[in-house]
Amino acid sequence: MSKEHDKGMSLIVKVITRLTVGLILLFGIYIVLHGHVSPGGGFAGGVIIALSFVHLMLAYGKDVALKKLPKTAMSFFESMGAILFLSIALLGFTGGYFFLNFISKGEPFRLFSAGTIPLSNIAISLKVGAGLFAIFVVLVLLKFEWEKKE
Amino acid sequence: MIIYLLCLILFCCGLYCILRKRNIIKIILGIIIAEYAVNLFFILVAYRMEGRSPILSSEVEIVNMVDPLPQALVLTAIVIGLATTTLLVALAMRIYEKYKTFDITKIKELRG
Amino acid sequence: MIELYVLLIFMIIGAIIAIEMKDILSSVIAVGAVGLGLSIALLILKAPDVAITQLVVEILCLIILIRATLKKDLPFSTTGRWLLNTLIAAGFIMVFLFVAIKAFKDLPEFGYPIMRVADTYLKEGLVKTGASNFVASVILDFRAYDTLGEATVLFTAVIGVLAIIRRIGRKKKDEVVEEDDE
Repeated sequence: MSKEHDKGMSLIVKVITRLTVGLILLFGIYIVLHGHVSPGGGFAGGVIIALSFVHLMLAYGKDVALKKLPKTAMSFFESMGAILFLSIALLGFTGGYFFLNFISKGEPFRLFSAGTIPLSNIAISLKVGAGLFAIFVVLVLLKFEWEKKE
Repeated sequence: MIIYLLCLILFCCGLYCILRKRNIIKIILGIIIAEYAVNLFFILVAYRMEGRSPILSSEVEIVNMVDPLPQALVLTAIVIGLATTTLLVALAMRIYEKYKTFDITKIKELRG
Repeated sequence: MIELYVLLIFMIIGAIIAIEMKDILSSVIAVGAVGLGLSIALLILKAPDVAITQLVVEILCLIILIRATLKKDLPFSTTGRWLLNTLIAAGFIMVFLFVAIKAFKDLPEFGYPIMRVADTYLKEGLVKTGASNFVASVILDFRAYDTLGEATVLFTAVIGVLAIIRRIGRKKKDEVVEEDDE
């Protein structure tokens, strides 16, 4: 067994995690992208994406999870989500006012429709996912003084 | 009307927990319960008899939808609630590190 | 609607168990049961977006609360003015209940909402935004200012957690600060 498998939970948990974590991430992306035609949206999808990384971290330990998504990438995605959402709002000024839905609406009930709503969903999911995973990482890695002595 | 009353009783459970308990984690749990009750109350106000969920379909025409506006407000409120709960948990963990207890009466005695 | 009553009574029983249980881990799990019951109740009330979000948020909230309560023994002081405190709390809740029940008389009857604003959204939503999910069109087009404010609050909360947890500023001379804490 390689060295990175020493930490974390038992072998059964790791094998099941390896099979399911990709599916959870894909499901989150699906929920985000279909937010305007079916139930879901940026908030739920973002939390599901964060939960997939949380799942990886609980099973394999912090090293593997932080190799997949480093802290710099996390802060980058968090800031990027905020800036993307704000710039979508500001781009509405090209047509008239703040938060104008300036792209063409397209045909209803299709994936590529509804103007800026899918783009805003993607921005919000980046922000929510990166932010909640950052909070989780910080709370888990916090070690108190008496825990260090053990 | 009875359903509003049940929702109010759930809120009062959370309120009693906030007012009466001494453990910080219990107080956080009370805040979470009260928040659930408020979210549920918004959705209850929005419900319409024999209503359908506010999503159009391409095949059948759906009439008599429920009110989408409180649902949109609650959707953002849930995520904000999670973020503020984690803020409270972080504060509680810091308090435990400094005073070695979650009991608020002992924290008051140990000030300084 | 009988299933809604059953679910609400289940949630109230779960909340009472969560409040009165001595063991903290058990009460955290009871709160998880309350949240899952709320998720099913939202599904019955025809709010699938909110139900999905509530389900997912509940799981993450449970993980974080369990992290906060693990490995901590909790000595309790049960002495003190038990009777007075309970009476004050009960009196406050009674006043609250009295005012709230008076206020409930002005609410519309359950099942018959006043939909003055929402009628406009339901009529013109598909034409104006092109999204068939009306909740998405309300939060991201008609009322996007709300979402912008929510994003700000979330950002502030994340920064607050990072600022509370980080250890720089309390460093002693010969102590090496680990990068993990930031």
